[in-house]
Amino acid sequence: MGTLQNLSTRHPIWTLIVVVLVVGFAWLILAPWPPGLEQAMGRKRVFLNAILSGITLGALYFLVASGFTLVFGLMRNVNLAHGSLYLLGGYIGYGVVEVTGYWLLAFPVVFIVVGALGLLLQHQVFRRMEGEELRQTLVTIGISIVLADLMLWYWGGQSYQVLSPSWLSGPMTLPLISSLRSNGEAVYLSYPQVRIAILAAAIVIGFAMWFVLNRSRLGMLIRAGVDDRDILAASGVKIQYVFLAVFAFGAGMAGMAGIIGGTFQSLSPGEDTRFLLASLVVVIVGGMGSIPGAALGAVIIGLAEQIGLVYAPTYSVVFTFLIMAVVLAFRPQGLLGAQR
Amino acid sequence: MADVMPTTAPGKLILLERIPPPVWVIGLVLLVMPAFASNFVLYQIFGWSFILGMIALSLMVLAGYGGMVSLIQMTVGALAGYVVAILGTSGVTDISLGWPWWLHIPIAILIATLFGTLVGTLAVRTEGIYTIMITLAIAAAFFYFTRQNYGIFNGYTGFNNVIPPRLFGIDWRQSVPFYYLTLGCAALSYGAVVWMARTPFGLALQGVRDNPRRMSALGFSVTAHRIAAYAFASVIAAVGGILLVWQNAQVVPGTAGIPQVIDILVIAVVGGLRRPIGPFIGAIIYTVLSVFSSDILHAFGMSGERFKLVIGLGFLAVVFFSPDGVLGLWEKYKARRDENRDPLLGGGR
Repeated sequence: MGTLQNLSTRHPIWTLIVVVLVVGFAWLILAPWPPGLEQAMGRKRVFLNAILSGITLGALYFLVASGFTLVFGLMRNVNLAHGSLYLLGGYIGYGVVEVTGYWLLAFPVVFIVVGALGLLLQHQVFRRMEGEELRQTLVTIGISIVLADLMLWYWGGQSYQVLSPSWLSGPMTLPLISSLRSNGEAVYLSYPQVRIAILAAAIVIGFAMWFVLNRSRLGMLIRAGVDDRDILAASGVKIQYVFLAVFAFGAGMAGMAGIIGGTFQSLSPGEDTRFLLASLVVVIVGGMGSIPGAALGAVIIGLAEQIGLVYAPTYSVVFTFLIMAVVLAFRPQGLLGAQR
Repeated sequence: MADVMPTTAPGKLILLERIPPPVWVIGLVLLVMPAFASNFVLYQIFGWSFILGMIALSLMVLAGYGGMVSLIQMTVGALAGYVVAILGTSGVTDISLGWPWWLHIPIAILIATLFGTLVGTLAVRTEGIYTIMITLAIAAAFFYFTRQNYGIFNGYTGFNNVIPPRLFGIDWRQSVPFYYLTLGCAALSYGAVVWMARTPFGLALQGVRDNPRRMSALGFSVTAHRIAAYAFASVIAAVGGILLVWQNAQVVPGTAGIPQVIDILVIAVVGGLRRPIGPFIGAIIYTVLSVFSSDILHAFGMSGERFKLVIGLGFLAVVFFSPDGVLGLWEKYKARRDENRDPLLGGGR
């Protein structure tokens, strides 16, 4: 933690402000609110719900955006069909759950199917136009138009919801005080179990990705490829295989995120662009090509969206884009992006 | 300027001699079109093509001359349309202010241009694909904002009954006047772009596209040229947007929804981003396909709803085989024909 110490000695005032903010935020979440505060900001339960929904939504955004940012970081390839892969994964997952009745089974099936589609895309489309960024972008736009219409054709315009399994449905009680009864007894917050499970899964997946990237040979290759693709290729690594693996993984992640999105929200035409935009904003805010950046950006955007939805419903969508504009104006490479 | 459509530089008669004969023919055909084309063709196909072509032309200016693919142009146009509806007259009487046309139209163009320039200022901080993503995200923000804001933009329903003013006693929404109005505006903006590309500014802009570092070493401000290009393109997009709103007589959030924003890119790319005529070719292909798609699809035994599929596949094919669009195909064909010709004697070998 030497870097943290460095940071705090270099910017003592900023560090103090951040610490005060973090402590104040922790107090807002953990302590029962005094009546004056409840009057000013509404019930604590509403606030806690907004925070938790924001974080769980951030978890979903992270799952979608992590593949996007990884693909971009390695191949400098903006896959604007990423949202379509998300929606396709959701639809296929819905079908699997409907047919077999096993929610968990949908994940490997979707990962394999959408991942295979990703392999196909990388092998047949992107390899042919390596280095032509604009052309790749245009092709992915074309693919997303075609995929969107094919999905509309097959699944129609209605919205679907993936049924969560019985062992995940229903609420669970969290060790967070939502209010105090008149006799001083604390009332604890209850929250949908499935969302907490998804949050936990996203954290596990995030750490697993971090581990693979930083501690394994494949991760070493990927990081080397992000830094300098040409030198890596020149040193004898079959970089096309690394590309294929990363693209398939990113596509598979987007597909699995589709099942999760279909479970706690719904699947309908138009969700593909919504999640494409969400991933765009998340990676712009967090920094292109950075997994921790995607996590940070996802949580910020998720929180901004949900808190905005509760406290300023008309302009909640605008908040996210405002954050993006501010980040762009002051730190164009994103919060955790590398300076290029 | 309509009589010398589609190539002219305002005020330079000498240039007229350099215009090749096919252009004269096309201009003449476009001018006498109302004599033999039906009202539907004039209004729905040509009127719409000219409008979409103008908005795509503003993208072509940025992408072709400036090297910046901006997806904000449709939004700039829609904003101009919104301002016309808000300041002028519309069916929503409690929001519309009912100002006269000579006031609200210039203000609409001005506001939309300011907006486009502002977005440009933000977007030029980034390069290449980042520009696409940022402008796409801002366009999405505008769409959601207009859909949720009821005080100014009247939310989901938008404004209906936004019609052009009755100037010179002509109802400009009739097919023939509207055809000439859009033709005139399209010709003017085409001429303006051709002229701009030859001015010192236009040449410097193309220099910035090709090598920003060298241009900045020569003392040109790269950022200023790029932002100025956004401002110039925004004016064209704003005029196109106002015409589009008049044609539909309404402006709603969906006027600049994500699919519409993407459509402008599709039109410009399919036509070709290298030359100003490309967007208009793309627009005509797009409108013909969208108007007759159900008939075409029925002919192949498919349902008429699959229009987007046709557009998407066509777009994919163009991007795959000819990154320079239909114009690129034409140039390839010409190059091949010239290759086969004997350089001394002419004719085939």
